[in-house]
Amino acid sequence: MRQRKIIPGVDAKWLIKDAAKLMPDASRRGFLRGAASLGALTFLTGCDILDGDTAEGVLRKISEFNDGAQAALFSRSKLAPTYPESAITKPFPFNAYYDEDEAPEVDGKTYKLEVAGLVENKKSWTLDELYALPEVSQITRHICVEGWSAIGSWQGTPLSEFLKRVGADTRAKYVWFKCAEGYTNTIDMPTALHPQTQMTFKFANQILPRAYGFPMKIRIPTKLGFKNPKYVVAMEVTNTDKGGYWEDKGYNWFSGL
Amino acid sequence: MTAETISMTTADAPIHPRWVRVCHWVNAVAILVMIGSGWQVYNASPLFDFEFPKQITLGGWLAGALLWHFAAMWAVVINGIVYVTLGIATGRFRRKLLPIRPAEVIADIKAALSFKLAHDDLSHYNAVQKLLYTGVIIAGFVIVLSGISIWKPVQFQELTALFGGYDAARYVHFFAMAAIVGFLIVHVALALIVPKSLRAMITGR
Repeated sequence: MRQRKIIPGVDAKWLIKDAAKLMPDASRRGFLRGAASLGALTFLTGCDILDGDTAEGVLRKISEFNDGAQAALFSRSKLAPTYPESAITKPFPFNAYYDEDEAPEVDGKTYKLEVAGLVENKKSWTLDELYALPEVSQITRHICVEGWSAIGSWQGTPLSEFLKRVGADTRAKYVWFKCAEGYTNTIDMPTALHPQTQMTFKFANQILPRAYGFPMKIRIPTKLGFKNPKYVVAMEVTNTDKGGYWEDKGYNWFSGL
Repeated sequence: MTAETISMTTADAPIHPRWVRVCHWVNAVAILVMIGSGWQVYNASPLFDFEFPKQITLGGWLAGALLWHFAAMWAVVINGIVYVTLGIATGRFRRKLLPIRPAEVIADIKAALSFKLAHDDLSHYNAVQKLLYTGVIIAGFVIVLSGISIWKPVQFQELTALFGGYDAARYVHFFAMAAIVGFLIVHVALALIVPKSLRAMITGR
């Protein structure tokens, strides 16, 4: 199964399941509203090509095709541009689907990072153990799916280094993350092994504040912001695409930059 | 070559060959999808102090709009490559759109504003048409390249840098859209004023 040549991010079985599941009702109606406002197009073509479910299914299929196209474009050696300290956006914006005062408060003393799936060593990691890992720094641009961007400074350990230490099977297709508030995220293995993909413990050389994801964020400068999970409490190396909070609602799965 | 040029303009040949008409209408549909969904994407993080009314946007919400935008982009780009390749290879661009002489443009604008601009021969473009059609092809290049810069600012970072970086590329993308929408308003209005030009783009005659 793992020997098969598979495009990262595209798992036929789960794609079909996801396509069937699609979106919550409210969003689905949103889709139809959008389709209805395409009156001009219907007028031009003289037929109703925009039956909501059909259009949505086709769009989902094309989005899956785009996952493959982006995986093909992705280069493990192409680094995201880096910036001088003077370019850092101040204040760096807080962004989530909830307000800042509703952000998870993780207790650093009892925190343990769970490691699961296709790894040799499944022991959990305390914060002290994580802080003892080699530290690298990056000043890169965070780009939100909404369009805005901000430059930040992040310090931590390369995810590839951590995966090596836990004996992860890097032939696996995905790494899945779970966050304290229930947010989830799945990334492709090539991105997980990219030299700038970082298990982040500090922002601007200070312990990650609650707003930016204490105690651990996964910083991925080659992906849109929502593919950079904060408050990470568990990770799993897997061949099953478990999706993610926003991806399941219709955002593109790969979302590479 | 001269003989060919003449034969292309004889009464037997359609005003617009089939490939022009097919590319035109594929592009018309795809570009409307791109504009409508692009306006919805813009609303998620507006560059200026306004938003596009929801009724004229496509997708319902950001994720829906992005699905439309990144689907229709393939149609725009593939159709655009076919159109530009054939436009150059058949000599149509050179024959129809060049040369553009500033003096003729000014004279034709004056004639148009006084409603004296002749439209007798649809196979021949006046200087204003040449300028607008050439301009919108250039805007097409700019909107695609700036779009790629926004979509892939890491993989194609050299291109993004050419536009002055990620944030600047968003503005370029917006203004290229504004130029195309401006062209569309004039283009559609004139097609309705001169209905035989619309017929020519459908039937070729």
